[in-house]
Amino acid sequence: MSGLIFLIPIALVMGAMGLVGFLWAVRSEQFDDPDGAAARILISPDEPLPERKSE
Amino acid sequence: MTDLSLDANGCPSGLAPPGGSDASDPGAFVRKVGKQSRLSLTVRGAKCGGCLSRIEGVVAALPGVESARLNLSNGKLDIAWSGNLEPRRISEAVSGLGYGVAPLDTATEDDGHKKEEQSLLLAMGVAGFATANIMLLSVSVWGGHGEMGEATRQGLHALSGVIALPTLIYSGRPFFKSAWNVLKKRRTNMDVPISLALILAFSVSVTETLRGGEHAYFDAACMLLFFLLIGRFLDARVRRRAWSAARDLAALASRTVTRIGADGSPRSVRAEEIRPGDRILLAPGERAVVDMVIEGGESEVDESLVTGESLPRWTGAGMKLMAGSINLSQPLTGQATAAAADSLLAEISQMLTAGEQKRSTYRQIADKAVSLYVPLVHSTALLTFLGWWLVGGMGLREAILIAVSTLIITCPCALALAAPVVQVVAAGRLFKGGAYLKSGDALERIAACDHVIFDKTGTLTLGTPRLISADVPASLLAEAAQLARASRHPLSRALTVAAGPGPLAKDVKERPGLGLEGEVNGAPCRLGSAEWTGAKAAGHVGATLFFARGNEAPVELRFEDDIQSGAAGMLAQLSAMGMTMEIVSGDRTEAVAEVARTLGIDQWTAAASPQAKVARLEALQAAGRKVLMVGDGLNDAGALALAHASAAPGGALDVSQSAADAVYSGGLAPLPGLVKTARLAKAVMLQNFGFAAAYNLVAVPIAVLGHATPLVAAIAMSGSSIIVCLNALRINLNTEKTG
Repeated sequence: MSGLIFLIPIALVMGAMGLVGFLWAVRSEQFDDPDGAAARILISPDEPLPERKSE
Repeated sequence: MTDLSLDANGCPSGLAPPGGSDASDPGAFVRKVGKQSRLSLTVRGAKCGGCLSRIEGVVAALPGVESARLNLSNGKLDIAWSGNLEPRRISEAVSGLGYGVAPLDTATEDDGHKKEEQSLLLAMGVAGFATANIMLLSVSVWGGHGEMGEATRQGLHALSGVIALPTLIYSGRPFFKSAWNVLKKRRTNMDVPISLALILAFSVSVTETLRGGEHAYFDAACMLLFFLLIGRFLDARVRRRAWSAARDLAALASRTVTRIGADGSPRSVRAEEIRPGDRILLAPGERAVVDMVIEGGESEVDESLVTGESLPRWTGAGMKLMAGSINLSQPLTGQATAAAADSLLAEISQMLTAGEQKRSTYRQIADKAVSLYVPLVHSTALLTFLGWWLVGGMGLREAILIAVSTLIITCPCALALAAPVVQVVAAGRLFKGGAYLKSGDALERIAACDHVIFDKTGTLTLGTPRLISADVPASLLAEAAQLARASRHPLSRALTVAAGPGPLAKDVKERPGLGLEGEVNGAPCRLGSAEWTGAKAAGHVGATLFFARGNEAPVELRFEDDIQSGAAGMLAQLSAMGMTMEIVSGDRTEAVAEVARTLGIDQWTAAASPQAKVARLEALQAAGRKVLMVGDGLNDAGALALAHASAAPGGALDVSQSAADAVYSGGLAPLPGLVKTARLAKAVMLQNFGFAAAYNLVAVPIAVLGHATPLVAAIAMSGSSIIVCLNALRINLNTEKTG
């Protein structure tokens, strides 16, 4: 039973870290444009290939 | 003049139709921050990643632009630039790609709604965290039942309380605030029993913990908060979407006007700044924002959105021009006769207000359910307490504990989720099908409709004419098209579409009201009315053009306003659902009769004024019919606002779109789906309320008899909420059958 004394605080701290991450994500407007974020990841402008270095 | 905007193709995915080509000058909306100029535009029709990269790419390529970012979820495009880039070029670049674009007034931004939604999301996150962690502790208490030492149990309860207290204060605020506000006014709402249950559950649990009791309801209180906040958040999101759709429409109406200053120089100003008597320049392709009297120039104007008439009208000095008309061929100058706010026909705006007031008396199913629920639950809890205490001979503490557990278990998780989840799922499904809802209760009202009234021009028909003369040789058509490419007249456009791409004739001149002349393959040619080409007018009911090459006899070209593809199938589907149909149009009798005959609609009215449309609606509604009005014009706006429910196509005038409950795009195809989904959604909503009632019928006796331990409460609450959500998701499942 004495294990609980440090196991419960560890569990709570880990949960709290997730909560803080969520609060940060909401506050910094990460959820403002879900459609745009989904589309943006697929946009890759055509660029010339980097020149291959010959050894 | 050669801008045909036929190559402007809008969203490459085909999810949205190409938008308007009438970009107005956003110069009056530019904000200066240091050396940087900033501008926000609202972009209509951008739906996919392709749109995103095209729009951002084309704007970022303009000289001096430092950043261009489009929010795909709400269509807001933020641009920052330095140097003297003309803002007009930005909006032209975007509208040139085929997207509707309008300046966004940052003063009217939806800060309030956004803050509310964000704070609900934060509250939900905190409640979710607390629920999960307290549940972790509670499960060990329940699991260790009988074996766990009392000190350990008390310690775990205390720890739960320490987590629950800040959660209750932080996440419970929306409920406490709203409950307090209505109590001050001596009324009651859903938040009163919620707040009461939360506070009672918490204080009972605290006293139980202090005296080392067996049951504490900290987990139930937090779980209750979490589920209720999910419902609240979804509800806020639906309302904000509806609100921002209305805001976008308002933004599209807040166009700019080119005012001619005292020194004769034109300057772009906001429409609100126009006062009666101001002199205005109306460029070709531009839409009049205020009523005006023409002073100089002559041109043809498209008044289809104002009167429903499908063919353009010649206009010149001294004639009146209504707001909503589009100038087609030559620049016009005129004097404003009214400010923008008074410019829409006064009667129409009055009808809008009257209709909306009538509609706001509609009570949603959810409100009715709540008004039944609140007194029932409170009296049950009170009776339970009194019964156990006075009759059952129980101690005060135990009686309170049982009464509180009754309040907790009946607390309306399922009830709070029943409607919002259905609305979100149905709105998402409709959005994929090409229709979006402007309000949450629109679904319930659309579902109740049993009669549809259609406007003709632009709703049942495409609103643009199509060449029907099949016997015209292709070479002649190509020659006529060389002239037609120089004009914005709808018949010229139709001719160009029929002929396909090709060159433009030399020295084309346009005479408003008559036609075009120019040199084609070395010969002087004329295209236009019978009078202009010297032909005899023939007996065709629809629109005609004549093409004369040199001195040869003029050739007649006939046009017809095409019926939307799939209209007949759509009507059949609607009548299969038990809807009756009718056409009420402002257009000429022959044109309406022809469309009604083709589509097999027996009941029709032609040449109907806006007042006549409203009168027809009132007569039907007085006879007990629930009418779904489908229309696009300014002349329909009054009827749209008054009808039990209404829908407008995406190409409709802004006023009509804001008066309608739903806006659909991509032809008439989404309409049957709209009605079907609305009916399905209403059925699912009723099922959900039925389920919530059934749940209470089972749960209340258990609680009243004192068997609702925290474990039972936790299982019952989460189980009922999950079942309600799963039931709502069913709307998405049978896509094949209804889509």
